[in-house]
This record gives sequence, structure tokens and C-alpha cells, in this order.
Amino acid sequence: MSKKVVVIGGGIAGIQASLDLADMGYEVHLVERSPSIGGRMAQLDKTFPTNDCSLCILSPKMIMCAGHENVKLHVYSEVVGISGEFPDLKVTIKEKARFVNISKCTGCGDCMAKCPVKIPNEFEEKLSKRKAIYLPFPQAVPRKVTIDAEHCTMIKSGKCGVCKKVCQAGAIEYDQTDSTVVLDASAVVVATGFDLADVTVLSQYGLGICKDVVTSLQLERILSASGPTGGHLVRASDGKEPKKLGFVQCVGSRDEKMYKYCSSVCCMYATKESILAREHVPDINSTIFYMDMRATGKGFQEFVQRAEKNYGVRYIRSRPANVQPANGGSGVLVTYETRGLAGEQVTEEFDMLVLCPALVPSNGAPDLAKLLRIELDDDRFLRTPSLRHPVDSSKKGILVCGFAGAPMDIPDSVAQASGVAARVAELLEGGA
Amino acid sequence: MARIGVFICHCGHNIASTVNVEEVAEFAKTLPEVVVADHNLYSCSEEGLGSIKKSIEKNKLDRVVVAACTPRTHEPLFRKTVELAGINKYQFEFVNIREHVSWIHTKEPKSATEKAKKLVAMGVAKAALLEPQKEGESNVIPTAVVIGGGIAGLTAAASLVAQNIDTHLIEAESRLGGNLADIEVVGPEFRRSEELLDMLTKELKASPKAHVHMSSKVTDVKGFVGNFEVTIDKAGKTEKIPAGAIIVATGAKEWTPDGEYGYGTVPGAITQLDLEKRLAKGERPKRVVFIQCVGSRQPGREYCSRVCCNASLKNALRILESSPDATVSILHRDIMSSGTVSEHIYRLASEKGVRFMRYGLDRPAKVSRTQNGTVVKVFDETLDEDIDLDTDLVVLATPMVAREDSRDVGKLLKVPLDKFGFFLEAHVKLRPVEFATDGIFLCGAARWPGSVNECISQGMAAAAKAAIPIRRGKVVIEAITAQSDIDKCAACGNCVIACPYEAIEIVASEGKRYAKVNETQCKGCGTCVAACPNDAMQQRGFTTRQLGAMIDALVKSAMEETP
Repeated sequence: MSKKVVVIGGGIAGIQASLDLADMGYEVHLVERSPSIGGRMAQLDKTFPTNDCSLCILSPKMIMCAGHENVKLHVYSEVVGISGEFPDLKVTIKEKARFVNISKCTGCGDCMAKCPVKIPNEFEEKLSKRKAIYLPFPQAVPRKVTIDAEHCTMIKSGKCGVCKKVCQAGAIEYDQTDSTVVLDASAVVVATGFDLADVTVLSQYGLGICKDVVTSLQLERILSASGPTGGHLVRASDGKEPKKLGFVQCVGSRDEKMYKYCSSVCCMYATKESILAREHVPDINSTIFYMDMRATGKGFQEFVQRAEKNYGVRYIRSRPANVQPANGGSGVLVTYETRGLAGEQVTEEFDMLVLCPALVPSNGAPDLAKLLRIELDDDRFLRTPSLRHPVDSSKKGILVCGFAGAPMDIPDSVAQASGVAARVAELLEGGA
Repeated sequence: MARIGVFICHCGHNIASTVNVEEVAEFAKTLPEVVVADHNLYSCSEEGLGSIKKSIEKNKLDRVVVAACTPRTHEPLFRKTVELAGINKYQFEFVNIREHVSWIHTKEPKSATEKAKKLVAMGVAKAALLEPQKEGESNVIPTAVVIGGGIAGLTAAASLVAQNIDTHLIEAESRLGGNLADIEVVGPEFRRSEELLDMLTKELKASPKAHVHMSSKVTDVKGFVGNFEVTIDKAGKTEKIPAGAIIVATGAKEWTPDGEYGYGTVPGAITQLDLEKRLAKGERPKRVVFIQCVGSRQPGREYCSRVCCNASLKNALRILESSPDATVSILHRDIMSSGTVSEHIYRLASEKGVRFMRYGLDRPAKVSRTQNGTVVKVFDETLDEDIDLDTDLVVLATPMVAREDSRDVGKLLKVPLDKFGFFLEAHVKLRPVEFATDGIFLCGAARWPGSVNECISQGMAAAAKAAIPIRRGKVVIEAITAQSDIDKCAACGNCVIACPYEAIEIVASEGKRYAKVNETQCKGCGTCVAACPNDAMQQRGFTTRQLGAMIDALVKSAMEETP
């Protein structure tokens, strides 16, 4: 019987690690807490520096992962217990009740059309509503609906039952309960990724105060053809196309009071978003307020130059001090300082402002680290103390890849994920 | 005569609310060679699949057409279903009437139904001509070759032998370690590189699986995934190594300035690697000015070399650690200290008194020798004037550039390089350590400059990729490949040029020259078929005859359509 490996986190790093481990012949159990694999990359419209459609390149990997004979997906599930030592670990996985029989559900969506409960859509960064019975996004894998018990009136108070009535496949099961799976695993891979820091606490930047201030991930959704605005770049206050778009880098990052580190990817994605904005609105002009323009990967400098020369992107090295709503309730006033001896305070109006917040370890990661008895570093990422083995956590047999260990972009996460597969094989085949 | 079954899917309301599914099924019954046509609420549900299977058995079908959603997600499922019922899976044809019809024509149900009919007619016409296909298999030599013994290659080799895989490491020089052997500590955490290199070389020495070839060069590479033959020249002696997979880890080198910033003329103007060697000898200069981006981020060499800012930060801190009264300045265009630890040492360097000054490409610093010693003149944007920095050393942080022999290695392996001479991976986002050619992988600075940490991760990643075919012992050969008709082929070579996978060669047999497809390497992309002027190249499952039948069916149903 082949050895089992548990991979925690179904983003691009977890998917790649699962695929490589499965191709090596291990039995992989991929645990993802949301109803679909895909992670953050699924939310992105396009990827820098080639502007490849993100889901178009990710989706085949998601499908390959779900269809792989050696991969067992545990979506809507969490690791809740671990005991033993490498290579004899016992991992307990809680599979949350989704109130849908997934072998019957065909993902047709009839239930979602009729469900009367509307709540903010997390996948759309709360820019639109979803139903209490939902597919997180159209390309979700597995393409099976989930009932959000917290909001479903049938489950909360026994009133409704519409989804069961309309489901022609007979897949709705209101009496489902959580279940538990215990696995004998040889190794565990942690690929829990990142969240956006809550930067509403930095009230000077106006998020949550000015309607036309959004986060960069919200802008990704707005730019996406399948997003809340159908791919039309419009601002919230009046639904108009912005003609002057601002980006603020390092919001909450490289900041002594919030997060000291650099999130690594924001310079490039802001550049990408500014290029995409021009492709949506031909007469838009973007300005990026930055500290250092960190474009160190393959093709990155050329990408920035292209933004500047061909897409009219203005790069200003300055950290805005203040953002206020503009007169009339639409747009924002950004106050910043110009450089040099003649530097002065300037207030400039923008139609819409995009904040690039610090990217922080996924909110479940510290608790998971405690459960797995692995250490965090000073910046609260999972600690990888060895130079020789940069994917090893502080505990043998528990490996780390992707953003969970340190900020990095997609290719670096993918490379590390494959590296994790090699490391698992080293540990299990040779005992290195 | 073929016996075709056609199954039209409602996909709940997804298709059926726009397309008249019953009407399409009735239409399908009238098509030639169709024995049965039906419709299902969900063809992909257990019930739907079960009814398709039953129909295959009952009606003795030999080909199946399903008109439903996208083959991308559902083709494997339907192929498996027909296979279970005894039909070769390549005699299944998928017609997409959801993405291609119902979802995009929601407001025109009548013409959507007509379009669905035409697509089904085309699918049926092709299905009638489908032939059974078989995927092949080829054995894999259980040995890997790693070219380059720097940190990336050493790690890749050490990982492979730890996975119990015979590995040949080929190093051109007489020492292992590459650039890292000249660097005493690696940043940003100041760990001794000697310890790391010792650990790796010991791991290789200790393993009977490791075969290290020093002072050796690759002179020839033949074969394909699973069955390569790598020829090396070892001090005039030739050795042939059979291998299942190859990893390219040939590294990069520091660019030497061509007289810029006083290099070679002003005393004390040295490169970062020169400084590394001096620091390793115990020298501790008192006055140092680092100049970043010397020879990079400028016309002709636009890229940022990723590692130079961190190297300068690391060395600035090392100098200040042993002589806290030293004066250290870093002249830069942006400090590229991405991430957690790098940003930390940037902050630490500021706190320890390193003077950071930003310069623009339009106002580069000037290095000169005066009576009082070496001076760096730089524009201070805060003071809005030029200032002079007296110094002992001027450290020129130059970029990593591709090695001159990269092009030769690229040619031997038939793998591409980018415009700067770094190797070009299969996909910059999702396939960072793979080449488009199966069985050949890359890692480290040969791909792009990277930190030691990154090179190690990539070395391991390449080792994982190389280990996969070796551990499986077999590689699957695609069923849908191209094949050439020897009688029609004029050996013009257009297909050889068009093939992105190096899968075609012109061979001679019995006095006749023709194009031969290596099916192990062919991905079935069809590019060669389009390039062939003589109709000699055909792709299985997409032959001219099959595609022609589809077009005929379309024209026929369009002509029969009542206006």
C-alpha cells in the first residue's frame, strides 16, 4: 500500500505539491477548508508579467488534481488533530456538513437560482451577494454546491426548503452532520497561503470610509469578466468609469506599527492592474505611489517599463499621508509629499483609489501551527529554520511551501511546492 | 456501417432552458449511421452515465456522441464510461452545446437549437470515421543527469540520490560549489556557505548512487524522455551516460564592468565578488561605497538581477559588525529587499548607520582618483546638489549574466533561451523548473538569478520533476499523435521547423527520405499537419478526412435548413 501524505491548503502551492506527490505514487489527501480548491489564484483576473488569464491556467491544474487517481480531496474540511511522530502520524480531518449529497449534486445551479437568502460573497471580496446555497465560483472544483448553515433559514429555523424542492437530482440533505476521518500519514505539507491585512484600521487611507477606495483584490474581481461588475471597471459611488486611478503600495507593510516586512508581490500586481485598467478604459490614467519598485523576476523590469511607456502609468515615490472623500461624495483626495529639496505637500484628486495591503499569513495558520506543534517566525509566518532544507518546518516530517512560509509570487510557490514533493520523497525513500 | 448513439444533455436548466433538447435528439435520429438518440437531465450523473452504458449494450453501439458541456471537465468521465461498456475511448466524440450554444445565445432559443443541431451533425459525421487508438508506453532508464555543480545542481543531485535514484553530476570546473564557493556567508541570515557546501558534498560522497564527474563537459545529447544518452568529455576521455531525465543547472556569472565607474583604472573599484573574496580573507575596509545596478536596469540589459541589493546589504552589515566606526554608503535606484528576512536586514542596515542614497539613471555617480584618494561624486536629491564621498573601496554591484556556454548547452539539449541568454522555462508562471521538452528540467541561476534559498528550492523542485518518470518506470505515449504518409512526404522539412517539441526528424530508408514522428515526444498539437504542403502529415483523431466530413455535415445541414 502506498504511503499517505496530507496536504493542508488547496491553493496553487497545495495543488502543485499534491500533483507532484501523487505522480510520485503517494496517496495524497488534500485538505481545503473552503468548498473549492483554487485558493487566491482563482480570484485573480490575470497574472504578471505575461497577463495570462489566471483561472484559465489554474483550472486545468484544479481538474487534474481532482481527477488524479492518487489524490483524495477533502474540501470544506479542516485538520483538527495530529498525533504521533514522523513517519507515523495520525491526522484527524473534520469534514464539515455541506448538506448536499455530493455524489448526487451535478452542479447545475437550479437551487442557487431559487434560494431566497442573500449574503456577501467572499469570493467576490464582498462586492456582490451570493446565496446560502452556493458554488464559490463558476469554475469551482468540485463543482458541487454547499449550504452555508450559518445563513440557511431551513437549517437555522426549519423554514424554507426551496432548494430541496427544486433539486431534480435529489441531492439536498438537511440532516447531514459533520464527520471525521482519521488517516495514518507519513508526512504533512502545510500550504495555507495568505490573507489580506485588515487595513480599515489605518483610517488615513479611507478604506471603508470613502466609497471609491477598494483593495487590490477587490479590483482584481472588478476587472474579472466573471466578477461582480461583469468585467466593467466602475467605481462604487456612482457606477461611473474612473478616468484617474491611484494605487497605494505598502499599506500596512514595511510599516513599523503594522507589518515590518515586504509582501513581495504588490509592486508587480499593481503594475499589472494598472495595465489592465487601461485595457478596460482606454482613456484611464493610473498613478502608483510606491517606496521601492521591486521588480526582480523574469521580465518584471520590462513589464514596469511597458506600463510607464505604453500604458501611461505614472510612478511616484511617495507614501500618501492622507485620503479624504472628494467633494460631492465621489472620488478621493490624496495628500502626499513630493521628493527633493523643493518637496512639498500636494493634494490630488483621483476618481478611484486602490490600496495594496500587507499580505499576512492565512488567519487559520497560527492555530494550525499550534496544533501541528511547529514554530512561527518573527513575522508570524511558518518558520523554516534550515538553510539546507528550506521547506522543512521546525518539526521533522512537516513541510512548508508557498506564502505560508514567506511572501513569494506564484512561480516561486510552485517551485517550492515541487521542492516539497522532493523533500517528502527524500524523507520517505532514503531517510535523509 | 458504424452504430452511433447520440445523447443530448439538459444540464438541468443550463442547456434545456435555451436549447430545445428533445428537438435536437429527434433530429439526431435522422442522421446517417445513428442507431439511437436520447436526452438526459444530467448526462454526467450516475443515472445519466448508467443509461448511456445500458444503451451501448442494448443497441450494440460502437461509437458514442454526447452533446453537453465542455470536454475540459467532462471528457475523461464519458470516455471512461464508454470504455467500461466496451468501446474504445477514442471512438467517443464530445459536442459542446453549453459553452458554445446555450450560455452565449440565451436570448435566441430558436437559432440556438438550430446551431446545436448543426454541431451534433458535425460530431456524428466525425464519429462515424473515428478509429480506435491506443496509448503507448515506453520504459524509463532509472538514472538522472544533472549538468552543473553549483548550489542548485548540488542540491538537485543530493535530493535525487536521497530518493535512491542513480545520479550523475557533471561539473565543468575542478571544484564544486560554483559561485557560492567564493562567498563566505550567505544572506540575509549570515550562514556559512562552507558548511552548506560541505554538507552537500558529504551527502554525495556517502551515497553509492552518486557519480560525480569533475572537469567534464557535455558534448552530445540524444534521445527523449526516459531514454536519453548524454555524452561527456572528461579530460579527453569520452563517456556515454544513459539517463531517464536531465536537469540543467549550469548557473550564471557575475558581469565584469567594461571600465564603468573606474573599474580597472581607479584603485579600490572592485566588483561584489571581489569584495566577497577580500572579506573571506579577513580584510575589513573602513570606507566603502556600494553602487547598485552597475550594468543592469539600463538599455540593453533591462533586467534587475534580484540578488545584488541583498548582497550589498549583507556585506555592509558584515563590515559594520567588525568595525562599527566604518562608513558605508549604498547608492541605489530601488532597494530590492523583498520578503521578510531581506527587508529585515535592510532595516537593520539603516539602523546601523549605512547611508542610503538614491540615484537616477540620468544622474549616475562618478568615480575618480584625486590626490586625497578615491572619490565618488553623487547627486544628493535631498540637498539638490552633488556631494563627494571619500572612500577606500567602491563596490560595483553588477548583475548576474548568462554564461557564454549556455547557448551551446541549449543547442545540445534543443531547449530555448531568453533574450538575455537565461534558459526559458515551459511556462513562466506555472512550470518554472520544466522545459517544454519532456524529461528536461532546469533550476538555479541558469534560469534566473536567485538567492541561495531559492536555488535550493528550485534544485529540489527539478529533482522532484526528474524523479517522477524515473519512479513510475514508464512514460505514457499519447494516442493522439501525428504520423506521416511516406508516399506523400517530400521531406521538405517544414514540419521539422514547425514542431515545438523537437519530435520530427527527416530520416532515410531504402533510398527514400521522409519525415518521421517520434511518438514519445509528439504532443498531438497538430502544428506539423498545418505546415505540411502535401497532406502527408495527419493527426490521429483529427484527420483531413474526419474534419472534412464535419465540414460537409455543416454545409449539408445549413442547406437543408428552412429559412
